Amino acid sequence: MNTDVAIAGVGMHPWGKWGRSFVTYGVHAARAALADAGVDWQDVGLIVGGETVRNGYGGYVAGATFAQALGWNGAKVATSYAACATGAQALDTARSRILAGQTDVALVVGADTTPKGFLAPNAGERWDDPDWLRFRLMGMTNPGYFALYARRRMDLYGATQADFAAVKVKNAKHGLSNPNARYRKEVSAEDVLNSAVVSDPLHLLDICATSDGGAAVLLTSLDYARKHGIADPVRIKAISTVTPVFPQTVMDMPNFSTDSSAVVPAQDRTFKESLGDAAYAEAGIGPEDVSVAEVYDLSTALELDWIEDLSLCKRGEAEHLLRAGDTTIGGRIPVNPSGGLACFGEAVPAQALAQVCELTWQLRGQAEGRQVEGARIGITANQGLFGHGSSVIVAR
Amino acid sequence: MTATPAIEGWFTTGAAPALLGSRCTDCGTVYFPRELVFCKNPACSGETFEEYAFSRTGKVWSYTDAQYQPPPPYVPVADPYVPFALAAVELEEGLVVLGQVADGYGVADLKVGTPVELVVETLYTDDTGDRTIWRWKPVGRSSEPGRSSAVETPGGAG
Ligand SMILES: [Zn+2]
Repeated sequence: MNTDVAIAGVGMHPWGKWGRSFVTYGVHAARAALADAGVDWQDVGLIVGGETVRNGYGGYVAGATFAQALGWNGAKVATSYAACATGAQALDTARSRILAGQTDVALVVGADTTPKGFLAPNAGERWDDPDWLRFRLMGMTNPGYFALYARRRMDLYGATQADFAAVKVKNAKHGLSNPNARYRKEVSAEDVLNSAVVSDPLHLLDICATSDGGAAVLLTSLDYARKHGIADPVRIKAISTVTPVFPQTVMDMPNFSTDSSAVVPAQDRTFKESLGDAAYAEAGIGPEDVSVAEVYDLSTALELDWIEDLSLCKRGEAEHLLRAGDTTIGGRIPVNPSGGLACFGEAVPAQALAQVCELTWQLRGQAEGRQVEGARIGITANQGLFGHGSSVIVAR
Repeated sequence: MTATPAIEGWFTTGAAPALLGSRCTDCGTVYFPRELVFCKNPACSGETFEEYAFSRTGKVWSYTDAQYQPPPPYVPVADPYVPFALAAVELEEGLVVLGQVADGYGVADLKVGTPVELVVETLYTDDTGDRTIWRWKPVGRSSEPGRSSAVETPGGAG
C-alpha cells in the first residue's frame, strides 16, 4: 500500500516581531499555501490548526479560529498541541485522514505571537508545576538546559565555543536571501564570541530568539494531486511523532531530574535518536539517502547534537562535518539551508511546518539564493516539552 | 527566625543532608521529585510508594551558569545580581538531578565527571527567615573554591 501524500502547496508569513494577532499570520500563510497549490479554500475538506497557548481561547481552538477567519466552508476541523512538534502532529492528523479516505484535501496551519525575552512561566504560585518550580528553586532557564548539552559536547567530544560560533556564521549566511527569515545579516565568529555569555558556554548569539510567524502546508491525496495537474509533487514519506521509552535518562526541559535506570536499564537509543530512527524506518530509507536536513537549532550546539541524533554522522563527529564545510550549502549534507532558528527565531506552533515548507522549496528547486542542488530527500527534526518531538521525511 | 526548606519534604537537613524521593513498592523504581500516584515503569502498575533517601554523592553529567538574573518566580538575592552555577548530577541510582552549585564554586571548578556531594544552603530569605535548598558541592582534588577541577573520566547517562 502506498502511504504517500502530496504536498500540494506551502506558504509562510515572514517571521519577525510584527505585533499583530497570530490569526493574521496564519491566514496569510494559509492563503499563500492555497495559491501555491492552485486550490480553492472551498475545496478544503479538513483544516488542522497548531494550537498556540499564549493567545487565549482563540489559540486553544486554532483550527476553528483559522477556519472562521478564512470563512466557514463546512470543512472538518482539528487542533493539535505538541509543544515544538505541534506542526508535525497537525500534519500527521491531516495525512491520516487523507490516507483513511476521509478527505482529499487538508490544510495545516500554525502561527504564533510570542513575548520578548526569556520564556517565563505564567504568573501565580504553582508548587506542583515543575515549569514554575525550576525557576523558583533553581533559577533554571531554557538557555540553561541548552548550555548543559553544549558543555557536554565540549567536555566529551572536544567541541569549542568557536565551533558553536561557526554554526551561527553558517546559518546566518544560509538565511541571507530567505524572504521569510527574520534576521538576514551576516554574522562573524567574533560577533558571536563577543556577545554576552548567557549561560556558560553559550553566548547570546548562540541562542535563538522567539518570533511571530505563520506557516501552512496543503496536503492532498496523490490521486487528487494528479487530477489537479500537480505533476511530480513533493511527497511526505514519513512523520515520526514517537514518545520516549522509559527510562528517559537524558535531562530534559523543564524537568528537575531524569528517570532512574536502576530497575529498568536505559535504552540503547535516546529519545531524540528514536525520532529519526522511526522516520527512517517508516520511509524505508537510511541516513545515507538524505540530501538536506532542517533541524531544531534552539542553540548552535543543538544543531550539532541533531546531526548525530539523525545518524548523519557518528556520535561526537558533528564538529568534523561542520569544520569540513559538509553542513554548508554546497557541502555533502547541508543542514538548515533556510537559516534555521538562528535566522528565524522560534514561533512554536509554526516552526515544524516551516521546516517542511523549506524542504518542499528545496526539493522543487525553488529555494532561491539558498538552493541545495539536486536535493531529492529531506529530513526535519525537533523536540519539544513533555515527551514531544518529530521527524518528517519528504522526497521527490 | 529559623532556616526552613524552600520546599517541604524534598530533602533532609542536618550534617548529612540527602534528597528525598519515593520508591515503588512493586518494582523498586525510585523517583525524584517523589512520585506518589502512578509508577512510570510501563511494565508496572504500582500505586504504592515508600519514602526513599538518595545517595548524597554523584558525578557531574553537565553544568552551566546563569549570567543574567532569571525571571520570576526566581527570587533575587543580591542587588546587583550575582551569577550562580548549576549542575546536573548523575547519582548511583541511575538518574540525573539538577541543582545549583554550592556558594563559592563556579563552572571553572567543574568538568563532566567531577565528583560532587549534596549540601544544603540558603536560597533566599523571606519573612520567616532563611529558605534553604539542596546544592552540589565539588569534592576531592578540586574542593578549593576557584580552582579548576582535574579532568575526570567522562561518564553519564547520555
Ligand atoms: Zn513500579
